[in-house]
Amino acid sequence: MNIIKFRYIYFGISLLVIVPGIIALILWGLPLGIDFTGGSLLEVQFASGQPPSITDVATLYNELSTTQMDISNPVVQPVGSDSLSIRSKEMNDTLKSQIIAALKDRFGGGQDVIIMNFTQVSAVIGKEVAIRAAGAVALASFAILIYITIAFRKVPNSFRFGTAAIIATIHDILVTLGAEAILGHFLGWQADSLFLTALLTIIGFSVHDDIVVFDRIRENSNLYRRIDFTTVVNHSIVQTLDRSINTQLTVMFTLLALALFGGASIRHFVVILLVGVFSGTYSSIFNASPVLVVWENKEWRNWFRRKSETTII
Amino acid sequence: MNRRQYNWLILIIPLVALAIWVDVSKLITVPNPFNSQTNLIYRNVDTRLGLDLRGGLQVLLEADLPADATISSDDLNVTRQILESRANALGVSEVVMQVAPPRRIVAEFPGLQDPEQVIASLQQTGLLEFVDIGSQPIAEGTIIQTDFGTSTSATTTETPASTPATPTDTPTSTPTTDPSVTPAPTETPAATPTIYHTVLTGAALSAVNVQAASLGGFDIATTFKSDAATTFADYTGDHVNQYMAIVLDKRVISSLIIKSKIPNGQGVIEGKFTQDSANTLAIQLRYGSLPIPIKVVQSRSVGPTLGEESVRRSVIAGIIGLLVVVIFMGLYYRLPGLIADAALITFALICLMLYKLIPVVLTLSGIAGFILSIGMAVDANILIFERLKEELRAGRTLRQAIDLAWKRAWPSIRDSNSSTLITCVILFWFGSAFGASVVKGFALTLALGVGVSLFTAIIVTRTFLHLVLDTIKSAEHPRWFGI
Repeated sequence: MNIIKFRYIYFGISLLVIVPGIIALILWGLPLGIDFTGGSLLEVQFASGQPPSITDVATLYNELSTTQMDISNPVVQPVGSDSLSIRSKEMNDTLKSQIIAALKDRFGGGQDVIIMNFTQVSAVIGKEVAIRAAGAVALASFAILIYITIAFRKVPNSFRFGTAAIIATIHDILVTLGAEAILGHFLGWQADSLFLTALLTIIGFSVHDDIVVFDRIRENSNLYRRIDFTTVVNHSIVQTLDRSINTQLTVMFTLLALALFGGASIRHFVVILLVGVFSGTYSSIFNASPVLVVWENKEWRNWFRRKSETTII
Repeated sequence: MNRRQYNWLILIIPLVALAIWVDVSKLITVPNPFNSQTNLIYRNVDTRLGLDLRGGLQVLLEADLPADATISSDDLNVTRQILESRANALGVSEVVMQVAPPRRIVAEFPGLQDPEQVIASLQQTGLLEFVDIGSQPIAEGTIIQTDFGTSTSATTTETPASTPATPTDTPTSTPTTDPSVTPAPTETPAATPTIYHTVLTGAALSAVNVQAASLGGFDIATTFKSDAATTFADYTGDHVNQYMAIVLDKRVISSLIIKSKIPNGQGVIEGKFTQDSANTLAIQLRYGSLPIPIKVVQSRSVGPTLGEESVRRSVIAGIIGLLVVVIFMGLYYRLPGLIADAALITFALICLMLYKLIPVVLTLSGIAGFILSIGMAVDANILIFERLKEELRAGRTLRQAIDLAWKRAWPSIRDSNSSTLITCVILFWFGSAFGASVVKGFALTLALGVGVSLFTAIIVTRTFLHLVLDTIKSAEHPRWFGI
């Protein structure tokens, strides 16, 4: 089985997935939740089983909004059949009580309106979380780069392994961010601190997968010193293919179980993880190791020549 | 031939037995064999659920000072201490407060239904009073009523469960053996609580200092503002050999005996203080109000019904996920797969035990971290078994192949799990820095899971495999290994 041969096709597939995501990111931006932007999130359940319409709630918020406490134009989303989640700017407790009372009065249908969940984050702290999050991702990538460089120090050019892993990781981050931007636009999902957790897990998983393949390359390079690097890499990918697919399947099984049967509150998190874990396995097989081959052969020298001269082995 | 492998059973069997014991109990006790009155081990190992699972309120408090102001960690700790006693005085149970330097405090109130009242009382400044309590001392921690600003009092008249008071010494020369908590200087029936007279409030103090006492130990020197000094002189003159209580937010923090008239506002609180206990009391005198003003920057409250629903669904999802993995491993890897399944169950038992013993507060994201670590545990076994198949196909005998598979799969298991652990550490740091318990819980359970999986997937699986091969000879047939 020659997997490495089609490496530019895999890169092309990756681009096909990443480019729409990037376009979505540019057009609509990453839908940041209140964890990063500040604001309040109120989730209410209507005991009557009949929540009001989205416009009704928005009208109510606009009525109660004042210049000091601007809660106009909230984002309202149905949760399940009897609950609503309402996002707005920050509010104080008096205003919150007013809202609950008004919701019960107008739309309660004589029954209770229960606060399922109320979260409030000040704008300052939201910004700080966002900055720290970026720092955490950068730090994690850097730590992994160093770890791989040390773990593969006996292989020539061990730095390349770390860099290839980081390239594959950036691939997965872009896929995940793009998916979040697209899903956020169409389903109204917002990136909260759970999304960040998912992103960091995906990074961990992706590197985990890369290392398994790299480890086989490390072992095979010592076994077959005479054979050229491209063949060794291909052989290593093929040897670890069963493992890559099976591990991916078991993780997918548990995640699918969570997505299908777990609570609604983590569904978003689980779906993002599914996307990321799939991308992570793809990139470990079809990006990370092929990048090593491209680097070894210094293929970029051929990229800009006329087609007839390019030699893709 | 493989005797050494069995040595691990000496560890594995008691460990699994211990795990099952801890997992099924809520409280573990081991009576002391030499003294039947005491217990050697007495520990609550009930599963602790996070706020998102059981409902409750989480508040992130921040020093309400300019961003460039430096806040000493002492001040932050004192603030936490005061807030904690206030919350306890409100009768809220199981309050958890943690300092998140440099300027934040995370407060968690499990099962709390009325967040507004708690937030309001946390933010108010505390009230320090010097109260005339007559001829009897009052035990620390007692909630009393005073005639000062009763309408603004946040505490209720009902006495909440007495909580461990912060100061440890009673600075009176009178022995405090008298356990009477309810003082009755007048013969008032216990039904109507006594209202004591407030002589001065903390606002009257101008300086509080800890000084070394002439007879060893430490004293606290207090200086009152000039107008208050007169009031204080009159009061002390009239009440020599009576008691005065220092009261914070209506809670007695110390009872003192008045030895003589204090004329110039320069009082000394004598007692057998250690430096620490003197400092604690001095801090409370100085900062009856909080040493730093605070504001709420983030609050989350979760209703209990949402939590219950989440737990139920997550548990079901977890069991289904685990079952699917168990079936997959058995079908694909045959005998080793079944053994890996046994190891996986051991893994789940040990993880649960650790969560209960450490204890780890389980949140929704923590459960997600655990489920992901199942994936990691299985991955280690998959790596080994794929290797085993390869070695068998290369024509090695079964025992050789097993040895080689474990040996050769190890570097990739080590390196891949190390990278996951690195990510966990960074996540944990990220989570602690601003009280994102969501992220922290995830990192903790994932890291524990990775650690335990290294033991179960490598050592437990291998021991079980040898055990089965030695007992059932026909199990050596290659078909059992999926070849």
